[in-house]
Amino acid sequence: MALTLDEVRRIAALARLRLSPEEEQTFAGQLSAILDHVAQLSELDVSGVEPMTHALAEGVPLRADEVRPGLLPDEALANAPAREDTFFVVPRIIE
Amino acid sequence: MSAPSTELTTLSLADASALLAGRGASSRELVAAALDRIAATDGRIGAFLRTTPERARAAAEAADARAAKGARRSPLDGVPIALKDIFLTKGVETTCASRILEGFVPPYDATVVERLEQAGAVVVGKLNMDEFAMGSSNENSAFKPCHNPYDLARTPGGSSGGSAAAVAARQVYGTLGTDTGGSIRLPAAFCGAVGVKPTYGRVSRYGVIAFASSLDQVGPLGRTVRDAALLLQAIAGHDPRDLTSSTRPVDDYLAGLEGGARGLRIGVPREWLAGGLAPGVERAVREALARYERLGATLVDVSLPHSRYGIAAYYLIAPAEASSNLARYDGVRFGLRAGEARGLKEMYSETRERGFGAEPKRRIMLGTYALSAGYYDAYYLRAQKVRTLVRRDFDEAFRACDVVAGPVAPTVAFRLGEKTADPLQMYLADVFTITANLAALPGLSVPCGLERESGMPVGLQLVGRPFDEATLLRAARALEREAGPLPAPEV
Repeated sequence: MALTLDEVRRIAALARLRLSPEEEQTFAGQLSAILDHVAQLSELDVSGVEPMTHALAEGVPLRADEVRPGLLPDEALANAPAREDTFFVVPRIIE
Repeated sequence: MSAPSTELTTLSLADASALLAGRGASSRELVAAALDRIAATDGRIGAFLRTTPERARAAAEAADARAAKGARRSPLDGVPIALKDIFLTKGVETTCASRILEGFVPPYDATVVERLEQAGAVVVGKLNMDEFAMGSSNENSAFKPCHNPYDLARTPGGSSGGSAAAVAARQVYGTLGTDTGGSIRLPAAFCGAVGVKPTYGRVSRYGVIAFASSLDQVGPLGRTVRDAALLLQAIAGHDPRDLTSSTRPVDDYLAGLEGGARGLRIGVPREWLAGGLAPGVERAVREALARYERLGATLVDVSLPHSRYGIAAYYLIAPAEASSNLARYDGVRFGLRAGEARGLKEMYSETRERGFGAEPKRRIMLGTYALSAGYYDAYYLRAQKVRTLVRRDFDEAFRACDVVAGPVAPTVAFRLGEKTADPLQMYLADVFTITANLAALPGLSVPCGLERESGMPVGLQLVGRPFDEATLLRAARALEREAGPLPAPEV
């Protein structure tokens, strides 16, 4: 199954990933080859088979809903590329 | 009087621990020897992204003070170890070998790091890996390649390449890695180390940078089975901070370790030895199976008919989950930020363009595609159903056997650069390891000799029932005792 350049660009836009024209070309070829390989799954009859939606057979226990210590604002913001007071700063969204 | 530092580094973790217990060496001496060994060899190997000598020396002093009072906390107390750079370490830069996390200093420790340090282990540094644990050769590290200590022109395997190379090169006594499709077992096999991928849920992943959350698992690498067992004992067990952590009690991995292989039923999947193996790998694996028979085990023919679909299912599930997990790298809260002058959306896409290397981009693209509207049922959902079939194969096999045995990889360590041009060829290196991740089962790699043609290590893979790491370790130890240690690499 061959992915077109337009499809590659559409996926890149969904993934918020800017690609160079060379990368678009390369990925179109490589992703097509990988999709060809995974197409073999369609050989299998999976009707009536439950998907393995959780890897842990015992299920997931819920923790108690109680207040516990977490990160202090300065710790949480210590790696921020830009901050102001106790906020992460991002470019203006609404003009 | 103490042993010269070059001899200290040749010890196993267990022997180094015994030396500490008998006061034959101090933790400070072991740490100094490890740091000297790293300084002398790592320019050629590239296992470490950074060392933490000041912290290590301080921790060693504290360990020595405890030992002087006869109050060692565990067999790991005072022992130098190192961590794949995927584990968050409070106050120590953690990058996952990616430019997008360059300079990131975590505000907290991963649970496994806490547990190891609580047990007294001394972390001397952070180890090289494939970027975001995506790769089978460590060549996807954004910072530098890592070399196989047995042949510097070859890959150590990946993604935990630094973790395996550091152990093999006698730089530290043990390491932690992560395994999503083989990333502990493959490098362990390529570097002649013992690597354990525990059952999904056995070891906490809190503070471990996520790749594919339904597959990722943390595990140890060591020079011997006992060393790996000691490390696993320290990190296994329930963690309320990890939703997927199992509440099952942890077995004693040391108690039955020397129990031998007599009476063990070893399943040999006919599909795993049905061609496609390098002749030297097949010979070593078959010799290991013959050794087990001589040790009193029974070989049982089993079938895993869906294992051939493992790679295909994995390369839908893992990229799909990765595309979601890696959405957090957007330049807002941590890591790289680029292009902010052009607006928010441009900031996202330029940050990610500059921050991610080719392999994470490829997987984000593949995963985004597999999850996008109109494709979910055909790709992700179908792959999850195939996953059920893979697990059923193992459940069926374990009615007739106690462990499954076969190769870790079709070949020994390949040459650097050999597979970088063709991602699919690289992915196929994981053909035998990936099924244990899909089935959420424990798997282990133990050395079973050197390939005659190349002199490179070959690994035998053992896969066990859920939470039966103890049987895997006992079986691996029986082979190790019979086969003897591999010759050390000359580096």
